[in-house]
Amino acid sequence: MRRTILWLPLGLFLLFVAVVIFQLRHGSDTTIRSQMIGKAMPEFALQPIVPGHAGLSLADLKSGQPHLVNVFASWCLPCRVEAPQLMALKQRGIPIEGIAVRDRTEDLTPFLAQAGDPFDRIGSDPQSRVQFDLGSSGVPESYVIDGKGVIRLQHIGDIRPEDVDDIARAWEAAK
Amino acid sequence: MKALLRLPCAPAKAGAQSAAVTGPRLSPGITFAVLALTFAAPAFAQSSLPPARYSYTQLEDPQQEARAKALMETLRCLVCQGQSIADSDAEMAGDMRAFVRERISEGQSPEQIRKWLIERYGAWISYKPPVEPLTWPLWAAPVVLLLIGAWLARGRFRRRRA
Repeated sequence: MRRTILWLPLGLFLLFVAVVIFQLRHGSDTTIRSQMIGKAMPEFALQPIVPGHAGLSLADLKSGQPHLVNVFASWCLPCRVEAPQLMALKQRGIPIEGIAVRDRTEDLTPFLAQAGDPFDRIGSDPQSRVQFDLGSSGVPESYVIDGKGVIRLQHIGDIRPEDVDDIARAWEAAK
Repeated sequence: MKALLRLPCAPAKAGAQSAAVTGPRLSPGITFAVLALTFAAPAFAQSSLPPARYSYTQLEDPQQEARAKALMETLRCLVCQGQSIADSDAEMAGDMRAFVRERISEGQSPEQIRKWLIERYGAWISYKPPVEPLTWPLWAAPVVLLLIGAWLARGRFRRRRA
């Protein structure tokens, strides 16, 4: 009995080493996913920020058809990277609404001119409040919200070319 | 796993750098470091909007501020996930501090606000672990360890008395 107990610390240490090696090799996913998928988008109303685009509110999303809502900002580099993919989604007939996080008119206007402007409406979220409503943890993020205002899909990070089909499919499924 | 192109954690406030610049003598190394930091700053994606009113300003009522502060210290920053929103200089943490302070000043309880955030982000956003089957071992560990300690100590005392 005593003899076996002496091996216990070594055993615990080896267990510890095994856990460390496992974590080092597999890494850990620290993405914070929204818990709001399948739930109704809370009430919100965002002011317009650039001329030519109306602001965005929940009523606009509850139009009966699903929307893709892109949470973005002119100061966010990956948002520039995903712009062509948003354009491709728009060309497939998907209505895209924007939520501009902590942005200014004088920054957003040139951003849209350079990167492209796939948006119908753009609401300004100067204090990240609608981000908190969505359970969003950064920019860019994109959400498929169905015609009744229920959040169906969250895409975290920039939309890459290989993600376009998945998002278009999720939008079709939300009809 | 796909690596995400996401924003880095905000650097600490620039105060420390300017203090170094006004110091008496600077070695070339430090000068270079200060210059490098100065020019590196724009590389961090930060918005041009000033921080929200209550992100760096305390509430007028000290009791409300104390409640808000205690809550902020137990909420995880979504950007710098090892820090609480009270410690983080990330803009999103600032916005969340403003959000917490406003809700507290509207009369909401800290636990209501915590629950609201957990509904959106999951239990991971709170540093206060909930009591649920998954965390039972965590809550039981101190008791179990104390019992083991008592059992070990008991053996020792008995031997000494003999």
